[in-house]
Amino acid sequence: MAEFKLPANSIVGKGQYFSEPNPEGTNKIKKVIIYRYDPEKNKRPRTDTYEIDLNQCGSMVLDVLLKIKNEVDSTLAFRRSCREGICGSCAMNINGGNTLACTQSIADIEGDLHLYPLPHQPVIKDLVADLTHFYAQYASIEPWMKTDSPTASDTERLQSKQDREKLDGLYECILCACCSTSCPSYWWNSERYLGPAALLNAARWINDSRDEAVGERLDGLEDPFKLYRCHTIMNCTEACPKGLNPAKAIINIKQLMIKRKY
Amino acid sequence: MKDLRSPLAKAKGLGGSPEASSHFWLQRLTALALIPLTLWFCFSLAMLPHASYVGVVAWLQLPFNAVMMLLIVVLSFQHGQLGLQVIIEDYIAAYPYRIACLFGVKVVSYFMMAVGVYSILKISLGGS
Repeated sequence: MAEFKLPANSIVGKGQYFSEPNPEGTNKIKKVIIYRYDPEKNKRPRTDTYEIDLNQCGSMVLDVLLKIKNEVDSTLAFRRSCREGICGSCAMNINGGNTLACTQSIADIEGDLHLYPLPHQPVIKDLVADLTHFYAQYASIEPWMKTDSPTASDTERLQSKQDREKLDGLYECILCACCSTSCPSYWWNSERYLGPAALLNAARWINDSRDEAVGERLDGLEDPFKLYRCHTIMNCTEACPKGLNPAKAIINIKQLMIKRKY
Repeated sequence: MKDLRSPLAKAKGLGGSPEASSHFWLQRLTALALIPLTLWFCFSLAMLPHASYVGVVAWLQLPFNAVMMLLIVVLSFQHGQLGLQVIIEDYIAAYPYRIACLFGVKVVSYFMMAVGVYSILKISLGGS
């Protein structure tokens, strides 16, 4: 029946404490509590606490992680690449909300800093979540232009400015998974529910005036689980670090489902 | 047994289910219809605070009232079972239990709907 008990490896224990010397009391110390788990070595995850002097550190959460990795504890695992909010690699749960570590300012966080991997995904190590299924769901919506009519060899497929504007708010998605992993519906039914990120990208192709497979795309989405598990909870819109609105994109798909029926 | 399907095969699953949008549409339509019907029902009950048994039977025998009551009973149970289906699909993951719960909810809902319709018709068409 319904599962009410969490698995054993969901119970987080207390880990090590790394203190920062502060003899003159002038250091700006921030406590950083980080989820640590290596499924191959540990039976249960733990949280390690690091004291970091913010006077000796950059201003973003990613800077704190890099400082810890370089100077305190090189065993800490996390993903990062562009450090400017365009690659989506450093998505994680920061003080209860999913966002990008590279664009989250430490000054905006009151009290201690709590860092966990993206919720409800298998953990590869520490802050690195396994997003294999998330990417496969993105692939399943066939995120490329599908056409039957041939293009003339001397021209591109044309699109009016008005039609191009319909893709604003959709094409900017960086697939960081902040939205999908903040959605309770995705937590309960991620095997079958595509989640806000894949559906926002589906809407991006459905609304592209150059695409010739809109009906086929809608056929693929018309399902009580793939699409209709969205109950407009809006956590996705709240979480999106790029300021997009996946909930609105999903409503757009639901409207088209009705439009083609009547 | 280890699942050796590719991630894409797992993500695609069994494909779409074409009646999903009908369920969504019917749930919204019945919800909208129940707004005026519920308001009418509450208003009508408020007008009958101290009515006797004979008075209520006479009220239900008026054709308009009987039709409105039939609509309320049918649409409430229809809306209710559609909503419960969504809750069951959300929270009951194990397939045999999910099917059993869906079946149970549908049977109970349609049985209750039939009892309600029969009762209203019996009273409004002259029985007591």
